[in-house]
Amino acid sequence: MTQTTQPPSPPALRLRGITKRFPGVVANDSVDLTVDAGEVLALLGENGAGKSTLISILYGLYQPDEGTVELRGQPVRVTSPAQALRLGIGLVPQHPLLVARHTVAENLALGGGSGLFPARGVAGRVRELSGKYGLEVNPQARVSDLSPGEKQRVEIVRALMRGAQVLILDEPTSVLTPQEADALFRVMRELKADGRSLIFISHKLDEVLAVADRVTVLRRGKVVGGRNTAGATREDLAEMMVGRSVDFTRKRTDSAKSETPLLTVRNLTALGARGLPALRGVSFDLHEGEVLGVAGIAGNGQSELVEVLAGLHASAGELTLAGQLLTGNAEERFRGGVAHIPEDRIHSGTVPTMTVAENLALRDYARAPLARGLARDLAATDTRARQDVEHYAVATPSIHTPSRLLSGGNIQKLILARELNGSPKLILAVHPTYGLDIGATDQVHRVLLERTEGGAGVLLVSEDLDELLSLSDRIGVMVGGELRGPFPVAEVTRESLGMIMGGAHPTVVAGADQGVVA
Amino acid sequence: MDNVFVEALVRALAVGTPLLLASLGAILNERGGVVNLGVEGMMAVGALAAFAVAVAPGGNLWVAVLAAMAAGALLASLHAFATVTLRANQFVSGLALALLGTGAAGLLGKRYEGAPLFNKVPDWNLAGFVISPFTVFALLLAAALAFYLNSTRSGLTLRSVGENPAAADVLGVNVGRVRYAAVLAGGALAGIAGAFLTLSYRASWADNTTAGLGWIAVALVIFVGWRPLRAILGALFFGVLYYLQFRLQGNSPIPTEVFSAMPFVLVLVVLALAGLRGQQGDAPAGLGRAYVRGER
Amino acid sequence: MRFTALSAPSAARAAWVTLAAVVVALLLCALIFFFYGVSPGTVYGTMLRGTLGDSTGLAEVARRTIPLLLIGSGLALAFRAQFFNIGAEGQLLLGAVFAAGTGLFVPLPGPLLLPAMFIMGAVGGGLWAGIAAWLRRLNVNEILSTLMLNYIAVAVVTYLIAGPWKGKDVRGYIYTDLIPERGFLSVVPGTQVHWPTLVLGVAGALALQWVLSRSTFGYALRVVGENPGAARYAGLSAGRVATTVALITGGMAGLAGAGEVAGIHHRLLEAGQISLGYGFTAVIVAWLARGNPALCLITAPVMAIILAGGDLLKIDLNMPFRVVDVFSGVILLCLISSEVFVRNRVTWGNGQAKDNTGSKANG
Repeated sequence: MTQTTQPPSPPALRLRGITKRFPGVVANDSVDLTVDAGEVLALLGENGAGKSTLISILYGLYQPDEGTVELRGQPVRVTSPAQALRLGIGLVPQHPLLVARHTVAENLALGGGSGLFPARGVAGRVRELSGKYGLEVNPQARVSDLSPGEKQRVEIVRALMRGAQVLILDEPTSVLTPQEADALFRVMRELKADGRSLIFISHKLDEVLAVADRVTVLRRGKVVGGRNTAGATREDLAEMMVGRSVDFTRKRTDSAKSETPLLTVRNLTALGARGLPALRGVSFDLHEGEVLGVAGIAGNGQSELVEVLAGLHASAGELTLAGQLLTGNAEERFRGGVAHIPEDRIHSGTVPTMTVAENLALRDYARAPLARGLARDLAATDTRARQDVEHYAVATPSIHTPSRLLSGGNIQKLILARELNGSPKLILAVHPTYGLDIGATDQVHRVLLERTEGGAGVLLVSEDLDELLSLSDRIGVMVGGELRGPFPVAEVTRESLGMIMGGAHPTVVAGADQGVVA
Repeated sequence: MDNVFVEALVRALAVGTPLLLASLGAILNERGGVVNLGVEGMMAVGALAAFAVAVAPGGNLWVAVLAAMAAGALLASLHAFATVTLRANQFVSGLALALLGTGAAGLLGKRYEGAPLFNKVPDWNLAGFVISPFTVFALLLAAALAFYLNSTRSGLTLRSVGENPAAADVLGVNVGRVRYAAVLAGGALAGIAGAFLTLSYRASWADNTTAGLGWIAVALVIFVGWRPLRAILGALFFGVLYYLQFRLQGNSPIPTEVFSAMPFVLVLVVLALAGLRGQQGDAPAGLGRAYVRGER
Repeated sequence: MRFTALSAPSAARAAWVTLAAVVVALLLCALIFFFYGVSPGTVYGTMLRGTLGDSTGLAEVARRTIPLLLIGSGLALAFRAQFFNIGAEGQLLLGAVFAAGTGLFVPLPGPLLLPAMFIMGAVGGGLWAGIAAWLRRLNVNEILSTLMLNYIAVAVVTYLIAGPWKGKDVRGYIYTDLIPERGFLSVVPGTQVHWPTLVLGVAGALALQWVLSRSTFGYALRVVGENPGAARYAGLSAGRVATTVALITGGMAGLAGAGEVAGIHHRLLEAGQISLGYGFTAVIVAWLARGNPALCLITAPVMAIILAGGDLLKIDLNMPFRVVDVFSGVILLCLISSEVFVRNRVTWGNGQAKDNTGSKANG
């Protein structure tokens, strides 16, 4: 060990020269990083910057090709998540890793607990931790009945029960309202005061500034900078993250929104997965040329609203598109002018094993010019695929490459090309830029806005409030299956949207519902 | 009147015994997330192994049962290797196992066709009920399995592996090892079910001695919602059916073939009812899928 | 053992792995024969000499190729749609029942009878598979339902030949009378190779290959089979695809049953004599062909060698016909276990934690 200028006590966690290569890409390139006891470190970076790989290494899911992990000055080898837990490294994953059918207590007893009646023993420990850090959880509740925030608290309690001294929180606020996020930050401050070390992964700059002491920025697998958050601004962090200065002003300067209603939705109701009401009387208009944003915490009926409009989910109520009743299955609605950029581009937007050309034909493989009678016209399919690939700049070795070999951004471009082929009247876009880099995000936004100039309406569902605020004419909020608003974008802020997402009644917002943006 | 009822119950319990044993085994591995459709094959090799040991000079019945368990587990280990280690399709692997097991038992058992078994497992007379020790064991096992699954740490681990293997994996549970153990235990129980047929119920070996009972056991698991105690009722239900088939055969104008098809028709009806009631929702959430770390 | 996903598994790799799987399967079977007490060399020697060694043997192989080709190419299509039809045995029997019933009881003029028998055979097989497709809509696993339907089909056949359809002049035997001679298919002289059905099988395999790769229905079928989520998203009805596929495969099996009646037996007789295990063996034909109906033109004769060889083992070595189930089970097990080797590169050793993300890293 060549330790020259060390502080009196070694840091709680130190990574030295961590390198991890995958075929064709260096995910982490000699990453150095330290966290002290009683410190919150924010790990900042765009999607694809190498954050997930680094966490996976820390948590024992991957082994680094080079470099070492040191805990309190001692080099350790983290070979599995269980080993990480034994070493005192806990992870609160972005998507909870809990057994939905089991109770909270059963989940907490898994991998520990007593031989007989394991779930009984943990309740006391849960109460103790709840009291100490303000982590409210009910040990008897079934996990499937919990909200995302509650599941997250179960994950935190579990890590603490295992004695985690270093706690990694992977994009913990992506499923929370701003107010729930504040509650989480209070818990994080308690943990910090208790001398634990926290690594906070996020790309939301305001949150980083609010809760972290220090920030380390990753770009293309390398550490490109780090600083204390004291005195830093959003713009400073963004520039480090992206590598150039970023403009936070509204992308949309002049709106194409007209006064002609395109889509009218009246008193829409639908049942969700477990037979419970998912939509409770939703009514709104979407105008030609308008981008109507839909905000809300996941699971408040956004998915059902989009699925109903796309013809994938049964509903009651009245829907019209351009004056015509909107009926039929997904295929008929697409032909009637409803395009759908789905939430899950791998599992529903494409068939990963099929080629780019075949995926581009998913909507109209059975109609001219791609088919004659019962036979497909493969030449016509290829010709159109070549045009689409060129027009939307889909980076693919060939149109006969399976789509699973494409990057997320290129898969999304493929879906855009396919969905916008028939000049749709209504575009349903769900998290259209989730996980994309800045270049691809820009392209998606540009294409959507172009279509509004041609008179199409866009229903934009997103968990990214900045995206909604920057693109929408009006924004509605889904809460418990009801739509609050929509409100003209000039009349809402991140904070007021957050309040409504959390269930506050929007009476404070003036001119709600029928307002028009200037 | 009373006697008829007692006789019906005793006979139904007897036919229900292999069904119960085999479906308890299947519940065990399915709660761990692995479907094994090869019950028919594992029963067949268990039946043969038990018979072969029992008729051998100095054949010990305990050793015969152990041999049946070993044979069932050996066949099941092929399934575990194919589906857990090599991530093969669980349904098709189980089918292959059924073919292999019944085929191998039929082939290797040829020399035992028609051989008499002199040391049949003696039945117990419990207050007038003549009952096989296998039946008593099966009933106790159902209760023990229910306790194991719901109230022990190991049972919790098994259920978690069946529901969400990734969640168990991060907490240090060796998913592969748990699944191997569950599949082997399921095979051993199917083996005992086979041993009951050759050592007690039929007390002889013939090809196709399992006669589709293994398939019914597989369907029974769905019907009883993966719950061991309910499996007793399910097995009894089919036991009664077989008893009726036995009683009505030849005593009614309805042709024999109708009766021989009846259990299979009923399985379809039962599965359709389970489907209509949405009972598939009770299936362990990770059932039928190979677990690969890092894949969702 | 660690697996790393290959980005583009080649056809050559699939062929090599498949071949290796079959070799391993034959070695495992050899082990079982050793325990049975015959030398594996004798077993394989008998099988090969008796099937490929002379014209009689070749004719026996050809005879068994016919139903395997018909059923296998249909099953190949079904597996691509993730419809695991294991009940071809029962569907073949129902096809035989319908065809024999038509021959026995429908007074049709000469040239119409044979086409009618085949059409009715396809209807019978299709109906039987249709029950499973309908049950699948109620969430009943089709492997279980088609298997149960096999047992029921056997009972139906037994009931008919022992009861209402029992022949007048057959005394103690249980089978029906012969169908009229105009319902007999022509055969290659001196053999039981009913070549018109063979031609039908070849045409069927090629037609189904066209359906799979060139037709709009084949496209929908692949989407449903490869990504049900995308099928739902695009408004393709998975239920309708499954039903259509079930009717096609059941129909193909029904044609095979009609062929056996019209080409060989000329009457309805015991289930075990109509089908020599064709339904299960065809599963392997389809799996060996990796879901390509046209490849069944190669894999059906391969499995026919095993079926014909099983008969020889019974006659020459006095082994039970169950030996065919052993072959089927072991080959199927080895085939599905080999799939992981087609799509992944394997490295041995345990020092490193497993990562299976392949070429996709995300940060």
